[in-house]
Amino acid sequence: MSATINPEKAPTATASGLPIRRTMPAVRARRPQTATWVPPMLVSLVLLGLWYAVSYLVLDEKRRFLMPPPDQVVTKGFLDPDVLGEILASLGQTAAVALAGLAAAIVIGMAWGIAMSQARWIERSLFPYAVILQCIPILALVPLIGFWFGFDFFSRTVVCVMIALFPVVSNTLFGLQSADRSQLELFRLQNASRWTVLAKLQLPAALPAVFAGMRISAGLAVVGAIVGDFFFRRGAPGIGSLISNYQSRVESAELFAAIITASLFGVVIFWLFGSIAKLVVGAWYDVDAR
Amino acid sequence: MTATQAAAPPATQDEARTLLDFQDVEMTFPNGTVALSGVDLTVREGEFVTVVGPSGCGKSTLLRIASGLESSSHGTVSIATSRIGYVFQDATLLPWRNVRANVELLAELRKAPRAVRSQKAREAIDLVGLKGFEEHLPRQLSGGMKMRASLARSLTLDPELFLFDEPFGALDEITRERLNDELLRLFAERRFAGLFITHSVSEAVYLSTKVVVMSGRPGAIVRTFDVPFPIPRDPDIRFTPEFAALVGDVSHALREGHH
Repeated sequence: MSATINPEKAPTATASGLPIRRTMPAVRARRPQTATWVPPMLVSLVLLGLWYAVSYLVLDEKRRFLMPPPDQVVTKGFLDPDVLGEILASLGQTAAVALAGLAAAIVIGMAWGIAMSQARWIERSLFPYAVILQCIPILALVPLIGFWFGFDFFSRTVVCVMIALFPVVSNTLFGLQSADRSQLELFRLQNASRWTVLAKLQLPAALPAVFAGMRISAGLAVVGAIVGDFFFRRGAPGIGSLISNYQSRVESAELFAAIITASLFGVVIFWLFGSIAKLVVGAWYDVDAR
Repeated sequence: MTATQAAAPPATQDEARTLLDFQDVEMTFPNGTVALSGVDLTVREGEFVTVVGPSGCGKSTLLRIASGLESSSHGTVSIATSRIGYVFQDATLLPWRNVRANVELLAELRKAPRAVRSQKAREAIDLVGLKGFEEHLPRQLSGGMKMRASLARSLTLDPELFLFDEPFGALDEITRERLNDELLRLFAERRFAGLFITHSVSEAVYLSTKVVVMSGRPGAIVRTFDVPFPIPRDPDIRFTPEFAALVGDVSHALREGHH
C-alpha cells in the first residue's frame, strides 16, 4: 500500500544533482538570520547619520535642544538612573493600562464578532457601530470619558479599548466567515449543532485572522494608553504624562528617551503577539511573525 | 471484518434492497433556473451508479438532494438508510487537525465514544493506505493522500450509501487511476452502494455497475447503461475492446444529450 503513496515534492535535487528525501515538504525556505537583520540595521545606521546631521549641521548650538544628538539621548535619558527609573516606572503604569485595555478589547471584540457571525440580522445591526466606533475622533471623546468615568485607571482603559477594539471585531468576523462552504456542509451532514460548528470549525478557522487582528490591536492599545495618560493626570503617571512633563520642561533628550521607550514597548508587544500566533497556528498556517 | 460481506454473492438486482430512489424529481432554484427535471433514479444495494454529464447539468445538485443538503422542489426522494458517506470535490480536511483527528471527526460529531472512534479511524486509515501518516497535517500531504484521508473519514461511518461529488476531478491522471483502483477495491470489500458524479466517461465506466448519462439545462437523464464487467474488476479491463466500445457508446449518448 505505502508504495502507492507519493508525498508532494518529496525528492528534491541538491546542488550535486543527487535527490534527497525530505520527511515533510518544506513550507517556506528559512532565510539566513543575517539576511533578516542586516537590512533594518543598515536603515537604522542611515537614520542615526541623518539625526546627527540635523543636530550638528542644521541646528546651531542654541537650537540644538530641538533635536539633541543620539548620544545625549542615551547619556541624559537612558544612562541617568533617575531618569531611567522615572521612565521605567511610568512605562510600567502605561503597560498595565495597555494590557488591561487589550485584554478587554480582545474579549469584547471576539464576543462582538462571534455574535455577528451567528446571524445576518445581527451582523447587519451591529457592524455599522463597529465602523462608527472606528471613525469617532477618540481625542474629542476623551474629555467626556473623563467626566463619566473619572480620571483614573478605568478611564484610561476605556480609551484604550475604544482605540484597540475594531481590528479584533472585524478580523474575528472575517475569520469566522472564512470556513469553506463544503466544510460547513460536512458538519451539517452530521447534524452538528451551531455551537459544535463554532467550536470545532469556525473558531479554529478564524484563529489566524483573530491573531492578526490582536497584533494590530496590541500596537493600538499602547497608543491608546499613552493618549489616555495625556488627558487623565490623576493616579500614577504613565509614560504619556511623563512625555508631556518633559515637553513642558523642554528636556528634549529625556523626551526622546521616553518616546523611544514607548515605541520599543509597542514593538515588543507587536512581536509578542506574532510569536504567540506562530506558536498556536504556525503548524498549519503561514504566520508572518517578524 | 468485512470478509463475510465480501464473500457473500452479490444479490441480484431484483431482490436487492433499494437504498436511494428518485421519482420524477425536479429542482428549480429561487432565481428560476431549472437544474433538474423529471429525474428517476434508483440505487440498490451492491450497485455503483455513476452519473456523467456536462458541467452545470445539475449532477451535483442531484447528489446534494440525495444527501439532504438541499430538498427537491418537486417529486419524491426516498432514502432507506441513515449511514450515508459523502465525499466532496475537495478533501475538506480541517487544516489544524492531523490525519487521525480528521478521520475521527465524523464519529466525533456523532458523539461516538473515544475508544470506538479511534478504533474506527485506525481501521479506515489502514484501509485507504495511510498507515504511518496518522500524525501528518493536511498541508504535508499530496492531493491524492488528502483524498484518501477524506475517504477514510467517510468510511468510519460504515456507510451503506456512499455519495461522491467528483472527488478525483482535481487530481492528476496517474493519482486518479490509482484512487479509482482503490475505490473499486473498497467497493468489492465493503459492498456499499455508490452514487458517483464525474465528467470523465472512462472513469464512469471503469468504476460502476451502471452509468447514467445526463443532459444539460435542465438536467435530465438521457440514457442508462449497465456495465457488464465483473467486480472485483481487473485494471487491465480498461484496455479491452469491450471497454472501449462501451466508453464510445456513453460518449455518444453524452454528445447527443448535450445541445
